[in-house]
Amino acid sequence: MTALSMYWMAIVLMMVGLYTVIARDNLVKKIMGLNLFQVSVIMLYVSMGKVAGGTAPILDHGALPEGFVAFSNPLPHVLMLTAIVVGVATTALGLAIVVRIKEAYGTVEEDEIVAMDNALHSGEG
Amino acid sequence: MSAWLIGAALVVPALGAALVALVGWLTPEDPKTGGNNAREAVTVLASVLTFGLVGGQILPVVWSGRRPSWTVFEVIPNVPLAFEIEPLGMLFALVASALWIPTSLYAFGYMRGHHEKNQTRFFVCFAAAIFAALGIAFSANLFTLFLFYELLTFSTYPLVTHEGTEKAMKAGRVYLGILVFTSVTFLLFAVIWTYQLTGTTDFTPGGILAGSVSPGQATLLLALFSFGTGKAALMPFHRWLPNAMVAPTPVSALLHAVAVVKAGVFTVLKIVVYVFGLDFLTTTGASQWLCWVAAFTLLSSSVIALTKDNLKARLAYSTVSQLSYIVLGAALATSAGALGGGLHIAMHAMGKITLFFCAGSIIVFAHKTKVSEMDGLGRRMPLTMAAFFLGSMSIIGLPPMGGSWSKWYLALGAADAGQPIFVGVLMVSSLLSIGYLMPVVGRAFFLPPKPWTDDHGHHHAAQTERREGDWLCTGPLCLTAAGCALLFFYGSGVRDLLLPMVEVAQLAEVLP
Amino acid sequence: MAGGAEIEVVHRTLSDHLPVLAVVLPLVAAPVCVLLRKPALVRPFAIMVAWATLGISVSLLSTALGSGPIDYHVGGWAPPVGIAYRIDVVNAWVLVIVTAIASVTFPFGEGHENLDLDPSRVHLYYATLLLCLCGLLGMAATGDAFNIFVFLEVSSLSSYALIALGHKRQALRAAYSYLVMGTIGGTFFLIGVGLLFQSTGTLNIVDLSERVQPLLGSRTVVAAFAFLLVGLGIKLAIFPLHQWLPNAYTYAPAKVSAFLAATATKVGVYVLLRVLFGIFGVAFVFHTLRLEVLLLPMSLLAMFAGSLAAIAQTDIKRLLAYSSIAQIGYMTLGISFANIDGLTGSVLHLFNHALMKGGLFLVVACVNARIGSSRVQDFAGLGRAMPLTMAAFVLGGLSLIGVPATVGFVSKWYLVIGALERGWPVVALLILLSSLLAVVYVWRVLEVIYFKERPADAPEVCEVGWRMLAPTWILIGAAVYFGLRAELSSTVAIEAAKTLIGSVP
Repeated sequence: MTALSMYWMAIVLMMVGLYTVIARDNLVKKIMGLNLFQVSVIMLYVSMGKVAGGTAPILDHGALPEGFVAFSNPLPHVLMLTAIVVGVATTALGLAIVVRIKEAYGTVEEDEIVAMDNALHSGEG
Repeated sequence: MSAWLIGAALVVPALGAALVALVGWLTPEDPKTGGNNAREAVTVLASVLTFGLVGGQILPVVWSGRRPSWTVFEVIPNVPLAFEIEPLGMLFALVASALWIPTSLYAFGYMRGHHEKNQTRFFVCFAAAIFAALGIAFSANLFTLFLFYELLTFSTYPLVTHEGTEKAMKAGRVYLGILVFTSVTFLLFAVIWTYQLTGTTDFTPGGILAGSVSPGQATLLLALFSFGTGKAALMPFHRWLPNAMVAPTPVSALLHAVAVVKAGVFTVLKIVVYVFGLDFLTTTGASQWLCWVAAFTLLSSSVIALTKDNLKARLAYSTVSQLSYIVLGAALATSAGALGGGLHIAMHAMGKITLFFCAGSIIVFAHKTKVSEMDGLGRRMPLTMAAFFLGSMSIIGLPPMGGSWSKWYLALGAADAGQPIFVGVLMVSSLLSIGYLMPVVGRAFFLPPKPWTDDHGHHHAAQTERREGDWLCTGPLCLTAAGCALLFFYGSGVRDLLLPMVEVAQLAEVLP
Repeated sequence: MAGGAEIEVVHRTLSDHLPVLAVVLPLVAAPVCVLLRKPALVRPFAIMVAWATLGISVSLLSTALGSGPIDYHVGGWAPPVGIAYRIDVVNAWVLVIVTAIASVTFPFGEGHENLDLDPSRVHLYYATLLLCLCGLLGMAATGDAFNIFVFLEVSSLSSYALIALGHKRQALRAAYSYLVMGTIGGTFFLIGVGLLFQSTGTLNIVDLSERVQPLLGSRTVVAAFAFLLVGLGIKLAIFPLHQWLPNAYTYAPAKVSAFLAATATKVGVYVLLRVLFGIFGVAFVFHTLRLEVLLLPMSLLAMFAGSLAAIAQTDIKRLLAYSSIAQIGYMTLGISFANIDGLTGSVLHLFNHALMKGGLFLVVACVNARIGSSRVQDFAGLGRAMPLTMAAFVLGGLSLIGVPATVGFVSKWYLVIGALERGWPVVALLILLSSLLAVVYVWRVLEVIYFKERPADAPEVCEVGWRMLAPTWILIGAAVYFGLRAELSSTVAIEAAKTLIGSVP
């Protein structure tokens, strides 16, 4: 059970994140939801790197430390460094767009923005 | 050598279209009539040159039994853009290129007389349509034929919508709608299916389907091909034809006599002979249903023609009926039937173009559109009405007009197929055509002229003095009327040209 | 053959490094653009880079056609430890498509008209464009699954920024929506890759295809498949995951739409092809999972819903966007046939649609430059005022319909044959019927262009200059040329289809 607890956590975070993206009208909160979602995936990857009975993947004169039978897999960690960067870039870009939206619309609530656009549209005909 | 010939015959109308556009753009039009002699000269030159190439250079080659061919390049692996001229294609090409000349002259007179706008666009599309028609005539496989078939649809669309009025636009939509719908949904489907079944789309004497297709599939395939060829105006896909009457009469002449509908029935006949093969159809009986559909179209459109007072509408339904003669000839799957169909392509073209020329002259120079108004017209336009009489005789199928040859062979074909009922159908149809054509002649010559009200509500006194149309209009129609008679005397020549088409079909059966 | 696991590939000359150069060149050029600052320098530089990548891609394609797939190990590290780039006919073809479109759209016009850019920002625009190009090329060239994710995000992020450059403020909304949906899609893809990595221990695509075979029944692998499918589905705008596309293409600057519409979804389709055929294999996807039960109806829906929606549009960019959704439906339809002809149709349509849509969006860009609007009704009478531009639109429209002698026809040819080979004549008929819908929406626009007069109060417009006409006509001309000489593109597509079907032993 404990072996799967990480996956359960990842799923919970994933769902919370996705729910936030869908259910929240505030554009900034949506981005937070996206972040949660991405973090859950990071957790998923990192947790799959752990090897039972494994230690941190650092070589020390070529020998395994006492009491450990293997090294944990460093690859997922490396992959996730990239994913974190991607997440940061996405957040930065998303927030930049939100700032511009605030300048253009005066609000960051999606329902208000949609209403403003629809009024404009029906005014245009 | 063949490649040059075919290429030249195709390039001339295409180049002609481009040159007309160029000259029309560079030189000014006469502001009153819209005419432009430099531009018209290009059209005349192109048409004469094309006919010279087709009739003077290519015809002798085909007549001697050779089949000029040109494979341009492979478009899709195993599907090349290729041309090969066989007797039927030769005939269609002759008809199209020969009749382009009088149609152009007639169009000059009509368009100027009617002060039409956008004449450059008109003549460019004319040339493009002839180019497409020749492409269809020369095509060596279904793909090439389909390509030029679609090109014909699109190049004639601006002609149909020429007037630019709301009515013209609607007619254009119907035109495009029916033709594109049928060609994409049925014809293209049939072409690709044929390719998938046999691995090729080449036209071959004796057909390519024998051995690859079950009789049920063959029937379905034939249905797809026949209804897919919307230009053949088989019911229920015939509505575009009467609708296209809003176009200026030279367009009607071109559409209904020279290029578009002929391309349609040519396609059907060619596919029947060279994709299915007459013998294959006889053994499987896959075309029996088509005989009935054609007969139905034949008769019902003749009946409808009787009810139409508008002359052009009457002629349109007459065309629908006459086209089904050719489809019937193909569907009978006998040599005589196919020959009759092929002959009728030429005979009907000559006859119908005469009738449309006359109708157009009447519209422009006597300002009349309805048959009921045409009493005594023979007094005002005797030449025109005489030509109408000759053209009518050809359509009805009476000697000494060319139409009698094709009727004869069609009846022979029906008899050969063991289906004398269709001989009856042909007889009834002839009677009906007398019914819708002869009253026009009768009124013109035997009734006195009377006052009439035109479409705009203006009243006119009876027209009594003689006033033929412009010579640019009257000349061509006299020529084509004479052509009808000429075709009677040279009918055997036309038949001899077409004979190899059906002989080889029989040979294919004899030789393994 | 094993993914070259134990072979030390020694790199000697520049030409050996071509596979990675195609990606690295635009990557390095982007910061150089930022440094160069002056528009007069940046623009030609970016164009040169695009042309250079085109040259590289063509060379790669001819090598792949002639001597088989090219294996390249980044940094000399052999896979599965290192990242390998594997160029076979399929992705070389995609590389050529993307770089060709870039080479034509980058030089379009003076460069930064239509955009809300002051001259001080132009270098950033080109930098972003080059990054987008790098991302797309990287997705296509790489042979490593995680690498695909990285480049996917690179190209997506730069697309979001590019879309946000549109005039109207709705562009910002469109970019934001695309960002949210695109990130979800990319992350789903990442989850899928993660699950695959967890089961097999490798990220190299060829290696994955071998190692995943014994595991195909397990839930992890099926879950991975699902995540990959949905993630990619969002990226390539399969119906019903297409919601981001209409707004994004409508509000982005026309030139950007031209580039994105012609490339981004194509690379997405390529990755889907690679995942389906290169990792999981035909047997698993179509015989065990029976993906066609899902993919076929979705594709048909895309074709019809997209075309029907296009008919109702009043803005021409939105019309073209919905048309794109329908065209993507054609590509996925070919995939669902899972036979050579169907796949040929799909792969061919990657190229054909890029030409058609790229050309059509460039036409819109030309018109926009003159009249500042992209509404259909504002096109009235342009047939006379801008004859060359409108002639290009006519040809592009005919290609969308699928008239013979245009590229649209050739794709439909193969798709119909694929459907008939599969024994689905009704599907073949539906393909043809959907082209008829295209006739309706194209003809609506043509009637306005040629048969309506320009309103009396509208300002005079004249034809656009050669700098805008040339790229437009290059694409539209190619759409006609490759419709006639389709043999050239078909042979490549057939090779690609064969490679795909035969990927997994």
